[in-house]
Amino acid sequence: MAEEKKLFKVTIDNIPVEVEPGTTILNAARMIGGDVVPPAMCYYSKLQGSGGKCRTCLVKVSKGSDADPRPMPKLVASCRTTVMDGMEVANITSPEVLDARKGVVEFLLLNHPLDCPVCDQAGECDLQDLSYEHGVSSTRYEFKRRTFDKIDIGDHIKLHMTRCILCYRCVFTADQLTNKREHGILGRGDASEISTYIKNSLDNDFIGNVIDVCPVGALTDRTARFKNRVWFLKPVDAHCTCDKCSGKAVLWMRGDEIFRVTARKDKYGEVEEFICDTCRFERKDAKDWVIEGPRKVSRHSVISQGHYVGTRKPQETIARVMDGRAPKLLMDIHSVSEVNMPAVDLSKIDGPAHSNDFPKNNGAQ
Amino acid sequence: MGRKLLLDKAHIEGIRYYDVYRKNGGYAAAEKALKSMSPDLVTEEVKKSGLRGRGGAGFPTGLKWSFLAKPEGVPRYLVCNADESEPGTFKDRYLMEFIPHLLIEGLLISSFALGANRTYIYIRGEYAWIPDILEEAIAEAHKNGWLGKNIQGTGFDLDIYVQRGAGAYICGEETALIESLEGKRGNPRIKPPFPAVKGLWQCPTVVNNVETLAAVVPIINIGGDEYAKYGTGKSTGTKLISACGNLNKPGVYEIDMSISVEEFIYSDEYCGGIPNGKRLKACIPGGSSVPILPANLLLKTAKGEQRMMTYESLNDGGFATGSMMGSGGFIVLDEDQCVVRHTMSLARFYHHESCGQCSPCREGTGWMKKVLLNIENGKGKESDIDLLWDIQRRIEGNTICPLGDAAAWPVAAAIRHFRDEFEWHVRHPEEAVKRNFGLAHYADPLPVAAPAAAV
Ligand SMILES: Cc1cc2nc3c(=O)[nH]c(=O)nc-3n(C[C@H](O)[C@H](O)[C@H](O)COP(=O)(O)O)c2cc1C
Ligand code: SF4
Ligand code: FES
Repeated sequence: MAEEKKLFKVTIDNIPVEVEPGTTILNAARMIGGDVVPPAMCYYSKLQGSGGKCRTCLVKVSKGSDADPRPMPKLVASCRTTVMDGMEVANITSPEVLDARKGVVEFLLLNHPLDCPVCDQAGECDLQDLSYEHGVSSTRYEFKRRTFDKIDIGDHIKLHMTRCILCYRCVFTADQLTNKREHGILGRGDASEISTYIKNSLDNDFIGNVIDVCPVGALTDRTARFKNRVWFLKPVDAHCTCDKCSGKAVLWMRGDEIFRVTARKDKYGEVEEFICDTCRFERKDAKDWVIEGPRKVSRHSVISQGHYVGTRKPQETIARVMDGRAPKLLMDIHSVSEVNMPAVDLSKIDGPAHSNDFPKNNGAQ
Repeated sequence: MGRKLLLDKAHIEGIRYYDVYRKNGGYAAAEKALKSMSPDLVTEEVKKSGLRGRGGAGFPTGLKWSFLAKPEGVPRYLVCNADESEPGTFKDRYLMEFIPHLLIEGLLISSFALGANRTYIYIRGEYAWIPDILEEAIAEAHKNGWLGKNIQGTGFDLDIYVQRGAGAYICGEETALIESLEGKRGNPRIKPPFPAVKGLWQCPTVVNNVETLAAVVPIINIGGDEYAKYGTGKSTGTKLISACGNLNKPGVYEIDMSISVEEFIYSDEYCGGIPNGKRLKACIPGGSSVPILPANLLLKTAKGEQRMMTYESLNDGGFATGSMMGSGGFIVLDEDQCVVRHTMSLARFYHHESCGQCSPCREGTGWMKKVLLNIENGKGKESDIDLLWDIQRRIEGNTICPLGDAAAWPVAAAIRHFRDEFEWHVRHPEEAVKRNFGLAHYADPLPVAAPAAAV
C-alpha cells in the first residue's frame, strides 16, 4: 500500500490503542470501549464544534507524547484534545480525574430541578445516568435553585429551561441541520438560557432533532409528553419511504399504538441518522411504517425492562376479568394527578412536594 | 527618582493632539522602524527588550510575535486589547485618554513587524468617551500620512479600527474578544487552535494589551538593549500601576520595576501612604484575579526578603505565600476593611461575568457568592469555609478559560491567609455584622522559615 497512514499509539488507563492522527482522546477511548470511556454530556460526534463545555470528560494526560513526554499541566477535555504519538492518558485510574468529575456532576446538578419523577426524559437521561455513576447521593447546595418558565417553542417542542445543562447541542443542531437557526443562548453566566428571539417558534424540517440531542429533559416532544414512561414502551426499528430523510427511525410502541418516534441512537446515546419532522411528529400510525423488529437496548438500561419480543399487544387483564363489562375503571392520569398542571411548578416548591401543594378539584377552585 | 518611558510626556498640554505629540518626538519611532528596519528586526528588538505582556499573563511579547503563523496569501491581524475590565485596573484608560497617539504609533510599529494591514482596537463599552478620542487621533494620523495606503512612502498599508464592546469582562479574554469582534456572542473558544494560528476570521492573529503595544514605541526609540536596562531581572522596562483603595494618592503611576512594594505604598513620590493614620492590612497587588496578601507577606517574602514591584518578586513563594503582578491593579486595604466582605464582592463580580459555557465556572461562581454572602451576613456555618475551599478547588484548572481560575484564586487566597477572620465571622455572627475583625495579627512580622521549609 502506497498510502499507508501512520497510526498514533496511545495508552488510555494502561490499555494501548492505535488511532489515526487527529482523533480525540475521547474517540480513542471509545475505540477501546468499556469503562475507560469518559462520559460526555456536551460532545456529539455528529455535530461539528460541539464539546469542551460540560467538562465531564476531563482526563489526565500523564505523558504528552513520545517527542515531548511532559505531562499536561491541567486536566484536559478529552472530547476536544487530539492524541499525540505515544500519549498516555489516565481516566478511571486517576483519582484526580474522578474527583474533578464528581465536582462537575455536583455543579451540573446544582441548579437542576431533579424532577425526574415527572420528567419525560427519565430512563433515557444522560444526566440521570451520569449522576448515578459519578455523583453523590446528597447535595451541599442550600440555596434556591434557578428556575425558568416553561415555554412552547413551536407546535411540537416544549422547552423546559430549568432542566437545561447548556450543552449547546441543540444550537449546533439547528445550525448544521436546518436552514435557519431561530434559537440560541441569551444572557450569560448562570442566567444564560436557551431561547428564541422574542420566542419565535422553531419551525423547520429538521428542528425536531434538537429533542434527540438534548441530554436531559429540557427539550421534549409535545406530541409525546406525559403519554407514557419510556420503560413501558417498546422501541422497534422501523423505516418508511420519506423524501426528506432516510426514514430510519425508532417507534416507541405499546401494542400497535405508536407513542413517539425518535431517531436511532447508538450506545453513546448519539443519533445515528437524523430524521425529519414529518417522520417524527406526524407518522404516528403503524401503517406508515415498515417494522423491522425490536431495537436492541442495553441490558443495563431501564428501558430493556419492558422489552418484550414480538409486536403483540399485551393482554388487557382488567377487561378480561371483568367478563366483557367495561366500567370506567382505568383512571386517566390527568384527572387524578396534577403533574402536568401548569399552575404548579414543582421546581419552585421548597423541598419535596406534598398533596397540599396541589389545589384540589382538578384545579377548578 | 523613577525614570519614565510611557508617561514622560503625559503632562504636556495638548499632547492628545497630533501636532503637539509630533513636536515632542512623536512618530520618530515609527519613522525609524518603517524606514530603516525590517519587520524581523523590529521583532528582534522587542525580543531583546524582554518586554512581557502587560495584560495579565506576563508572556514575553517578542516570543508571542514569533509564534504568529505566516501562511502565504492569508491576512494576519493585530488586535489591541483595550477591554480593561479587571476590577482595580485602569491604566490603559489613562494611556488612551491622555496620549492616544502613543498607542496609535505602537500599533503602527507592531502591525509593521507582524505584517498586519488591518488592526483593531477592541475597547470596553463602558469607556464610552474614549473611542471618540481614539478615532480623532486615528483621523489625524491618517491626515498626516501615518495610516492608510503607502504610509510615508514606504509601501506599507495600515488601517486601524476601533470596535466597542458591549460591557463584558469576559470579552477581555483573547478568544472571547475575537468572537465578539466577529460579531458573535463573546464566548471564549476552546484552545487549541490558538489565535496565533487561527484567530480573527480564522486567520493568524496577535492579541496584545494597550500598554504592551505602547511600550513598543520607547523600545524602538532607545533600542531593546537600552530598554532592558530599566527594571530588574526578567521584569524589564517600566510598568503602569493603577493604585487604588486606602491610599493617600491613588492613581496611575509608571514605575521602573526596581522599587520595593513598601516604597511604592509609602513614599511621597508614589502613593504617599495610607490616609487617616490607619495601618495596612492587606493588598491585592495585580488586579482582582490575583491572590490577596496580608500586610506581613506583602512587604516581605516568606524568606524574609524585601518584596519588590517585579513579576518575580511578587510571585515569590508561589500561591502559598506570594501573588502576581497581573495587570497592575494595585488594591490596598487598610485595617478597617473586611476581607470577607471584600471577597464576597469579588465573587459577585466573577459570578456576574462568567460567560456560562462551562459548568464549573457557571455554577461554581454563583455558589461561592451565595455562601460568602451568608458568612458576611452572619448566617454562615463553620463548614461553609471548607465548602468554599472545596468549590474553588474544583473550579480551578477545570474550565475552558482562565476566568474560572481568576474566580477561584481570590477565594482561595482569602481563606488561606485570613481563615481567622472567616472563622470569627461564623462564630460571632452578631458582632460580625456590627464591626470589623480589624488588623488582628496580619501585619505582625512573620518568623522567617528555615530554608527549604516552604509551606
Ligand atoms: C477573563 C479574562 C479577562 C481578561 N481581560 C483582559 C483585559 O481586559 N485587558 C487585557 O489586556 N487582557 C485581558 N486578559 C488577558 C488576555 O486574554 C490576553 O492574555 C492579553 O490581552 C494578552 O496581551 P499581552 O500579551 O499584551 O498581555 C484577560 C484574560 C481573561 C482570562
Ligand atoms: S471559565 Fe467561565 S468565563 Fe471561561 S469559558 Fe468557562 S464559563 Fe465561560
Ligand atoms: S463532553 Fe467533553 S466537555 Fe462536555
